[in-house]
Order: sequence, then structure tokens, then C-alpha cells
Amino acid sequence: MTSLPTATGDKRLGLVIDLDTCVGCHACATNCKEWNTSGHSAPLTDVNAYQAEQRGVWFNRVFTYEVGGQGPAARTVHFPKNCLHCERPDCVTVCPTGASYKRAEDGVVLIDHDKCIGCKLCSWACPYGAREYDEDVGVMKKCTLCIDKIYNTNLPEADRVPACVATCPAKARHFGDFADPGSNVSQLVRERGGYDLMPETGYRPTSKYLPPRAGAAAAGAPKKLEPVPDLAGAGKFLRWVDRVLSR
Amino acid sequence: MHPAYSVILFTTASGAGYGLLALLAVFGAAGILPAHTWFGFVGIGLGVALVAAGLLSSTFHLGRPERAIRAFTQWRSSWLAREGVAAVATFAPVAVFGVGWVFLNDMSGPFAWAGAATAVMAFVTVSCTAMIYASLKTIRQWNNALTLPAYLALGLATGALLLVLVAALFGVYRPAFATLALALLVIGLVIKIAYWRQIDAEPPRSTLGTATGLDRFGEVRLLEMPHTEENFIMREMGYAVARKHARRLRLVAASALFGVPSVLLAFALWSGLGFVIAASALATLSAAIGVAVERWLFFAEATHTSMIYYGRAA
Repeated sequence: MTSLPTATGDKRLGLVIDLDTCVGCHACATNCKEWNTSGHSAPLTDVNAYQAEQRGVWFNRVFTYEVGGQGPAARTVHFPKNCLHCERPDCVTVCPTGASYKRAEDGVVLIDHDKCIGCKLCSWACPYGAREYDEDVGVMKKCTLCIDKIYNTNLPEADRVPACVATCPAKARHFGDFADPGSNVSQLVRERGGYDLMPETGYRPTSKYLPPRAGAAAAGAPKKLEPVPDLAGAGKFLRWVDRVLSR
Repeated sequence: MHPAYSVILFTTASGAGYGLLALLAVFGAAGILPAHTWFGFVGIGLGVALVAAGLLSSTFHLGRPERAIRAFTQWRSSWLAREGVAAVATFAPVAVFGVGWVFLNDMSGPFAWAGAATAVMAFVTVSCTAMIYASLKTIRQWNNALTLPAYLALGLATGALLLVLVAALFGVYRPAFATLALALLVIGLVIKIAYWRQIDAEPPRSTLGTATGLDRFGEVRLLEMPHTEENFIMREMGYAVARKHARRLRLVAASALFGVPSVLLAFALWSGLGFVIAASALATLSAAIGVAVERWLFFAEATHTSMIYYGRAA
């Protein structure tokens, strides 16, 4: 059913991506590929994997932007991007087959690969470029928020987070429930001013981005270190210690 | 956007086919066209063949064409599904008025009603095709008020050219048909010029600043791509036609689709049947090239918001 769920469920699962701490290591993209090439979306096909014109399906792609011009205020921002599991996902409603759907219970946007005819219209409807075509299988694939991991009771509870979140060495990715105002992600969004990408398109993404903190330039010039004070004012004992240690 | 040949063929052929069927049905029901067997067979047959060829070719770009039947299920939300349902449903009234025309030589009563239903369903189907594109908020060149009128006008205009040709071949031609085709071509040209002016004038709706939310820090510039090779998004959405080529191709489309056929039809208005046949055949050929170029441009000139992340304007 490609109509959107009329009632929102108890949960709205999504990610918070912290652009302040992301170091652009691509570990999220790599671990995502590793997890998702087996399980729900398997395989994430690579074509020409070991030769020129390599191409394949990735759910996570890490861009790097230069922000603030060329002067001293310039900064480099690494920018991981994947499906934002929107509240108004046109990628779902344009699907003619019922393969694309948004789950009522937790808001996760998924594809039923057995129903998909590979018409690619959903990829046209996504403003973020989050859906990719698997030319080998002939169907569309997308980030599942690791649906086969976050509810997997065979895993220890601490591991029931998306692969990208689990692997991030900079703790730049957070997973949680946006419907719960007390959740880690809701708190982060409140405290750090989490925002939507391209709000003007009206897709209302669930996942949010945290802006980079004010850079070094905004904090002012670094404090100059004071030279080590000389022994003027030190007592007799400390002068003796100094003499002993200086030998 | 990548201009897939199967989709160009689908939208242009089915547009002309539905245009021809709608005009035949209306003029047949109104008694303006005679219900002659062979005229009906060739005219309706040509319309159905164009529609069927278009629908078939639209399945060529599918990854899993064997599951295409599923595409009829989600008409509640999807314009593509609605288009599929409407296209198949249109065959029912076409079959009824086709049987009346070709086998019974009767276009009165229920056959006239089937003709009216054919015209309505042709209108609905072409509108659904246009709305597949016009409803995409991600592509500003499609998501505007002129996409739907352009599809309708061009479908009708190319259908009217075919009507002039077929009617002339079977000796049931009236100058009013050429006048109608001429008028539709002029309307089509006006809509396309307005469309091209609009997409040139409209500023991008999103920028790299709003796409990343980093505009608060000043100018945002792509420093590094996420990968070394082109991915699906870049190949599908990143097709770009050089600006100078776009200008020339617009001129080619306008000349071949509107200019040449209009001049030929204008001469045909004051000529004998022999010239009408030659002129409408040439006009149809020219318009076929023109509409293919027009539709190719419709895709090639469209920019997609996802390409903003890759440092392109949309």
C-alpha cells in the first residue's frame, strides 16, 4: 500500500548526524554496505567491482564540503547522507506497485523487493538522492535503518542499532525515537539545534542534522601560554629542590 | 534527467495515438466523419497501434518487466498506476466504437456514447501521463502549471495531423480538419514557448546551502565527492545538455513540430486532395521528428534536486 499511514504510530525512528564531530572516515558507509549486503536488502550489487567504471549500490554516501568561503573562516564539513525516513515521502506515494511503504508503527520507509518492478520513479521523487537502483537484481534499494538489526532479538540489546551508528568512531551518528521527547535523539536536537535538510521541499525528514559548533575563529585567538615563572618568590626549600633537580 | 528512449517513444506515440482516437471518436459520433469500414479500420487501428506501441515500450525500461501487472494496483496514490489503469480502461470504449464503426458502419446510439467515452478516457490517460512528471516536486522544470497543458496540446496536435493524413487518404478529408490541426499546432507552440521562458526565468528552488543546512556559515562549496566513479543517482539525474545545444534543439523542435507542419497545412487549405495527402504526410513526418526532439529536451533540460549535493545547480 503506497498511501501513507493515516495515523502515526507510537514511534518515529531515525538518526541524528552530528556534523561537528564527523571526521569523514566513511566507516558508516563501509559498515552499512557490509551489513546490508546480506539480510533484508541482499545483495548490494557491485558491477565491475575490480575494474574501471565500478558502480554499485550504497545506502550511505559521505560528501565533503568547504563552508564559509576561502578566508580564515573557511572550514571543512564532512557530510554523510542516507535516507531520512521522511514524514511526507513522495518516494512512497509515487510507487505504482505497492513495493514502497512507510511503516505505521515506527515510520521506517522500506521496499518490498518482491513487488518492485524497477521503474525508478521513486528515485525521481526523492529530493535527497537516497534511493538507488540495483541493476543486477532489477529493483530499487534503500536504507532500511537496519530493520533486520534494530529489532533482532538474537543480538545483544546494545547492538540493536543501525550498522552506521554502531561503527562510527567519532560518535557522530545517533539512533533513536523522535516521538519520545526524552530520547537521546530528541534531546540532542533540542540542545544542539538539530535541523531538516531542504525544508522547502516539504518532505519533513525524520532524521536530523546537528550543525558544526562555532569554529576556532569565533572563539577568538588562542590564549597565549605564560612563560614558566622564575624562582623569585620561591622559598628556601623549593630553591634547594630546584638545585638538586638541575644537577 | 536521463532521457530514456523508451520513455520518449512511449509519451510521444501514446500521446499522438490518444489524440487521433479522441478526434476520430468525437467526429465519428458527431456524424462529421462517415462510418466507412476501411477508413475506420486504418484510423482506429493506427491510433490503437500507437498507444499499444507506446505502452509496450514503456515496459522496456523496467528492471522487472515480468511484474508490470503490479503497476495497476496503487491508483489511490500513484499517477503512474492511474495512468496504467486509465490506459487499459480506454481500450473498452475504443473496442465498442471500433466494432460499431468498422463492422456495423454504425456510429449512432451506444456507439456514439462509446465514442464520447473514448475521448474522455483519452484525455484522462494523457493527463495522468503528464501528472507523473508534473507531480514531482524534485524537478522544477516539470513541477509547474504548463507541463499538463503541453502534453495535452501536443497529443491532440500530433493526433490531428494523423487525422488529416488518414482522412485525406480515404477521401473523407475536410478543410476544417487542417484548420483544426493548424490551430492546435499554434496552441502547442504558444504553450511550449511559455514553458521554455518559465523554466529559464525560474530561479533554483533549493541550493547547496539549504540542501546541507550549512548556509548559516556562508558559501558552501563541494570539496570532495563521496566516491570516485559515477553512481546511479549521477547517471539517472545528472544528465545535462549544454546550454547552447538546448537553444538550438529548441529551435529544431519548434521548427519541425510547429513551423514546417503549419506552413504545409496552410498551403493544404487552398489545394486539391493530392497535395493535401503529400503535405499532411510530410507534416506528420516533420512533427514526429519535432515531438521526439521536444520530448528529449523535456527530459534533458530537467534538473533534479539530488544533484545539488554533487555540486550541480537544480
